[in-house]
Amino acid sequence: MTLDELIKTPGEWLRGTGPLSDIVVSSRVRLARNVADFPFLSTAGASERTEICRHVSDGISRTSLSKDSLFVNVQEADVLDQQVLVERHLISRQHAASEGSRGVVIAHDETHALMINEEDHLRMQAFRSGLQLEALWEDINAVDDAVAAQVSFAFDRQFGFLTACPTNVGTGLRVSVMLHLPALKMTREIERVARAARDMHLAVRGLHGEGTEAAGDLYQVSNQTTLGKTEEGIVRTFQSTIIPKIVEYERAARESLLKHSATALDDKVWRAFGILSHARRISSEETQALLSPIRMGVNMGRFDVIDIHTLNELFLYTQPAHLQKRHGKPLSDDDRDVARAEYLRKQLLHTR
Amino acid sequence: MAMRCERCQEKRATVHITDTVPEKRERHLCDECAEKEGVIVKQSHQTTNEILQQFIKMKTGMAAGDDLSCPRCGITFREFQLKGLLGCAHDYTAFHKVLMPLVERAHEGATHHVGKVPSTAGETARRQGGLVRLRRELQEAIDQENYELAARVRDQIQALESSDAQKP
Repeated sequence: MTLDELIKTPGEWLRGTGPLSDIVVSSRVRLARNVADFPFLSTAGASERTEICRHVSDGISRTSLSKDSLFVNVQEADVLDQQVLVERHLISRQHAASEGSRGVVIAHDETHALMINEEDHLRMQAFRSGLQLEALWEDINAVDDAVAAQVSFAFDRQFGFLTACPTNVGTGLRVSVMLHLPALKMTREIERVARAARDMHLAVRGLHGEGTEAAGDLYQVSNQTTLGKTEEGIVRTFQSTIIPKIVEYERAARESLLKHSATALDDKVWRAFGILSHARRISSEETQALLSPIRMGVNMGRFDVIDIHTLNELFLYTQPAHLQKRHGKPLSDDDRDVARAEYLRKQLLHTR
Repeated sequence: MAMRCERCQEKRATVHITDTVPEKRERHLCDECAEKEGVIVKQSHQTTNEILQQFIKMKTGMAAGDDLSCPRCGITFREFQLKGLLGCAHDYTAFHKVLMPLVERAHEGATHHVGKVPSTAGETARRQGGLVRLRRELQEAIDQENYELAARVRDQIQALESSDAQKP
């Protein structure tokens, strides 16, 4: 298994299946851990960093996790490959951009990705499409047990799992759900929902996490509090209360659009399709913005020219690194926009 | 007539909260005082780290932890304030007093871990941690009126406690 093989399919989080998948694109849980007896990364020297990386990856390689997985040396990977991993949500932007010894262990089916030497020594993530947080917690809990049997983690009776930033201390658990909320955006209710979420100590962010815009009306909702709550409690609140509530608001907004402006809605979807299938040059941002109404149209059963699987492929493969990877060579910005438009035309007019 | 802020007694109270810890009481504050008390945080596009750093800076005067340093990794509390990242696991002990208010604020007032305990932390710690966790789960189940779950958790607690009692 190589990175190039990974790129052939969109991966787990874009499978487009699972509970509430018409609105919940994917679910992710992440555990932050540090190895006991090593300093945190902010004070570790270059050789200590390398030693931590080796210690953690050796530990993982002694578990059954290593059987069907791929280790990518992020430090040595070229920029395009790093960017591919970011676009697939397997590593964070920070992980790609940082320096020194670091890597990621990726399950072949992309259900797990364990980042080594990100902000903490180890950040273990599990992904599934749709809303499946309880199953994800079971997944990651088992991964944690397996790794903990090989590597001893910094743990304190009062503070729990010790992390480089005190905002992650305790469980080290970050639950995050990616939601497609175009109707709330159109009806301008999104700000109200975001405010309510923040009042509940939740973070609402754009597609690529902290500090990013909500490209394509995709929002990530995640917990901020990691101490003083159980993992099961955090997960359960998200799975049965918070996310279903937001989904309910989005559904209501979609129904209201349908009731009061169905023609305008269809017009928006078809115009988006028109541009995507006929443009001669198109940016990544415009593509994501136009794929959003189409995603909504498909999920509302009002547009059947393409299916959700094709849509998710377009969503991923039109992003800069994937586009260039599949093109076989790096492209300038202008050439990329032309290549993207060509790809879209081929996919969209061909599937008719 | 509009209610006055109970803290400054001047501005109109716009934030109304009910504390449940340590005891149940209602509080009425103006925006400014609510922010000072850490009840609300102004909306912003800053990242968590930036907010934390600002908060740390704001707290610097009162915390007086500037001269503290960790004997293991060597960083000072001041360096942590600048970076927003700790230098090693021992910092949680070395900076305990000045770190505590930050931790509480970041975690809705929580001061103790009640979640998973790794098996390496020892059998006793795990059993104790397990009890704390289960009691919290019980409370959460009751709060959510999930009585079926509550009954299951209660049984688990009783089982754990009786196994505890049998030991010398």
